[in-house]
Amino acid sequence: MKHLLSAQDLTQNDIIALLDMADHMAEINTRPVPKVPALRGKTVVSVFFEDSTRTRLSFETAAKRLSADTMTFSASTSSLNKGESLRDTIETLSAMRVDAFVVRHKSSGVPLQITEWTDASVINAGDGWHQHPTQALTDAFTITRSFGTPHTLEGRTIAIVGDVLHSRVARSNIAVLTKLGAKVVLVGPSTLIPIQAQQWPVEILHSLDEVVAEVDVVYMLRMQRERMETAFVPSLGEYTARFGLTPDRVSRMLAHALVMHPGPMNRGIDMVVDPAQVSGSRILQQVTNGIPVRMAVLFTLLGSGGSTALATGADL
Amino acid sequence: MSSAGSLGGAVVLTSQDISRAITRIAHEILERNRGVDDVVLVGMQRGGVWIADAIKAALERVEPGVSVGAGSIDVSMYRDDIGIRPIVPAAATDITVDLSGRTVVLVDDVLYTGRTVRAALEALNDYGRPRAVQLAVLVDRGHRELPIRPDYVGKNIPTHFDDEVAVDESGVVITLAKHTKENAS
Amino acid sequence: MTKSIPELVFQNASVVHPTGIVVADVAISKGIIVGVGTGLTGARLIDATGLHLSSGFVDLHTHLREPGKEEAETIQTGSRAAALGGYTAVIAMPNTDPSQDCVAVVRFVQEKAKEVGLCEVVPSACITVGRRGEQLVPFAALHEAGVRIFTDDGNGVQDPLIMRRALEYSRDLDIVLAQHCEVARLTQGAVMHEGECCSSLGVPGWPAIAEELMLHRDIELVRLTGAPMHFLHLSTAGSVELVRRAKADGLPVTAEVTPHHLALTDELLGGFDTVFKVNPPLRTWADIQALKDGVADGTIDAIATDHAPHAAPAKDVPIDVAPPGMLGLETALGVANTALDVSEVRLVELLSWNPARIAGIQDRHGRPIAVGEVANIAVWSSTKTWDVSRDALASKSKNTPYHGMTIRGKVKYTVFNGELVVNDERAVR
Repeated sequence: MKHLLSAQDLTQNDIIALLDMADHMAEINTRPVPKVPALRGKTVVSVFFEDSTRTRLSFETAAKRLSADTMTFSASTSSLNKGESLRDTIETLSAMRVDAFVVRHKSSGVPLQITEWTDASVINAGDGWHQHPTQALTDAFTITRSFGTPHTLEGRTIAIVGDVLHSRVARSNIAVLTKLGAKVVLVGPSTLIPIQAQQWPVEILHSLDEVVAEVDVVYMLRMQRERMETAFVPSLGEYTARFGLTPDRVSRMLAHALVMHPGPMNRGIDMVVDPAQVSGSRILQQVTNGIPVRMAVLFTLLGSGGSTALATGADL
Repeated sequence: MSSAGSLGGAVVLTSQDISRAITRIAHEILERNRGVDDVVLVGMQRGGVWIADAIKAALERVEPGVSVGAGSIDVSMYRDDIGIRPIVPAAATDITVDLSGRTVVLVDDVLYTGRTVRAALEALNDYGRPRAVQLAVLVDRGHRELPIRPDYVGKNIPTHFDDEVAVDESGVVITLAKHTKENAS
Repeated sequence: MTKSIPELVFQNASVVHPTGIVVADVAISKGIIVGVGTGLTGARLIDATGLHLSSGFVDLHTHLREPGKEEAETIQTGSRAAALGGYTAVIAMPNTDPSQDCVAVVRFVQEKAKEVGLCEVVPSACITVGRRGEQLVPFAALHEAGVRIFTDDGNGVQDPLIMRRALEYSRDLDIVLAQHCEVARLTQGAVMHEGECCSSLGVPGWPAIAEELMLHRDIELVRLTGAPMHFLHLSTAGSVELVRRAKADGLPVTAEVTPHHLALTDELLGGFDTVFKVNPPLRTWADIQALKDGVADGTIDAIATDHAPHAAPAKDVPIDVAPPGMLGLETALGVANTALDVSEVRLVELLSWNPARIAGIQDRHGRPIAVGEVANIAVWSSTKTWDVSRDALASKSKNTPYHGMTIRGKVKYTVFNGELVVNDERAVR
């Protein structure tokens, strides 16, 4: 594996191997000195064309715990609206001998385009509405470890609720969770379900009340205020009434069911309950787990050395 | 590493040989450290873990009533060949005792280049500062590439550098590399 | 009277007439076809055995980019690409900078093209000033300057009142309005065809309905006003059906389709390669099939390239900000011939005779291959396969979607006003 661009590129075995390695990395994170020399001498650059402090810090912490050197390139969105400098930026950074780019961009497909302009590994840290594979791996790690079934989600039903249309998290999660055997139900108004999502391996419903009492995981998506302006929903109040996670809906959830959210939450709109008051909430666990999962991804791409071994003929 | 029981290799240690060697190593550990109060056995993932367990059992048999600290360590993140060859981490490290001030006996099945032991020494640093670190191996096959020597050895077995040495509880088997066989014939 | 020796004779060519294909020699002198028959001889003989000889192709839809975007294409490089594609005339789209919305810019394009002299460049003009959809251009003055096709291509004329007035006003003149059918409000930020593929890739979609709504509106405006209208680059199954019914009703409408909409689908966007971004977008296999059916039954009148060069830096950007458009002139014959299952006669009708008529230049292009006619001729193979390479194309830009693909059909010779401008697949200048 050279790049991690889309969760759709991962096989079931890839996912299981990454999650198992994340267990290993999680143990490192519990040590008095949570740092190993695995990626000494490797340089990881976070290239964040769209600001996301939490994802960037998660990746940089992961890289540092593996002893990689980290650099940050952040660009204001305004200067990139025209997009002219993208190729130049990447070629310039590549010339500094970078081993991996961690890329966040507001436009779908940019991490994939970048692979044409560099020899370094490229990790998609979120592109447009397209993909956010490390978030989905983190979520799969969180769910499988919560249920104690590290290699499968057979028999589990996961509802992904809200603005699926604009959600890279949803697209990545659909790919990862279904490959682990879960049944995924998309719940949202038709305006926020992608066109022809019926062709995806999911079930589509338009009422949270219909499923909230039956699913193993309620995965809430962020609902942005500006969606009202382009008539996706009549009002945020109506959205919350139909699709917000309210105390009443939490009270109807199965006893073992989990509540998840990729963050940042829009309190009072997508999340009406205080997650701290919900025993099944794994929202903070998702943040914690982001680090070992990203360590596993970085180590798999930069440290497993499969292709280099062939090139050097090393036999030890 | 192929299973020791597979066909085509020469059995150099039987299971009885192994258990005798382990009992002897246990005695040597006791003698050298004047007891086992401060001793912690750390098996190296994966081949060293069952040997560490066997040594622990032997120690507790010889000294009834004592409980010997034990753990395991995975050194894959500390290797010096990361990025050169595929590395798949073994089971996670499991060290729950504080190693500071203790005598750690690192346990592995086969001592070869010494690079894995070097990685283990570095890994141990992250768990505290042991008073001393000793090394126990079931087989020393030579070909060291680093200044590392074992404190306790089950058996010294001279090999060619690319012979294959397989170890499990049923025995130790050496499969000669092709050209070694040709030279021998 | 002394009978001079013809300058140029194509020998043993398969000459394409509306009635069928006849093997003959074709002799050319002083810009005119001077002989069609057997055993002709001349100063220069070209063996055209196995090649088709037809009137030169006419492209209803070429973006030459000059004036304004000379880094992408110039009238010279675009003319060369056209000649290599077998075109003896191209309609230059008016979305230049400044726009072709006044006589001065139209004259500039005409004169520049004459200097180059590789094909005739016939400027079209905007329907509204600056293609802003607000104020009509001086139709009569532009008509006098030689403009026959008016279009805001790149934008649809959104305002139904403006479109109605334009149709009514144009009816008095011998011109045709050409509409780029796209309801802009439904395609904001659109990157590709709205469908499963676009949903998976997470980009805003360009729904078929955005084309069909405007097409439907304008067909009804044609019905109301009686003015003729040409529909540019139709891309959906629904559009074909709308035009089919309009023609059945006897309305004066014509329609074109591009080679890429006959050959490529939205799935090619899966790698986010901006070369496949085009407007209207690549659609589905079902749409391709419907377009082919429309070509077969005559609903579609013409194949037009929508040749839209973009310099590499413009395309090396995120897909949502990349400009839409792809090259087409040099590959049009090969792609159309590979994608369509039609006779060579029908191919020439789609590439030459019908577009010449729609463009109002049928006095000099798309003419019969007969003595006395202006020698605007393409000589081509319908069987030769070749690998498209972006680096081998004459266009100043490299944005061909066919790079690395093998297509069947290639132009060998092009004669423009009697001059051999493409000789054995090479432009003479």
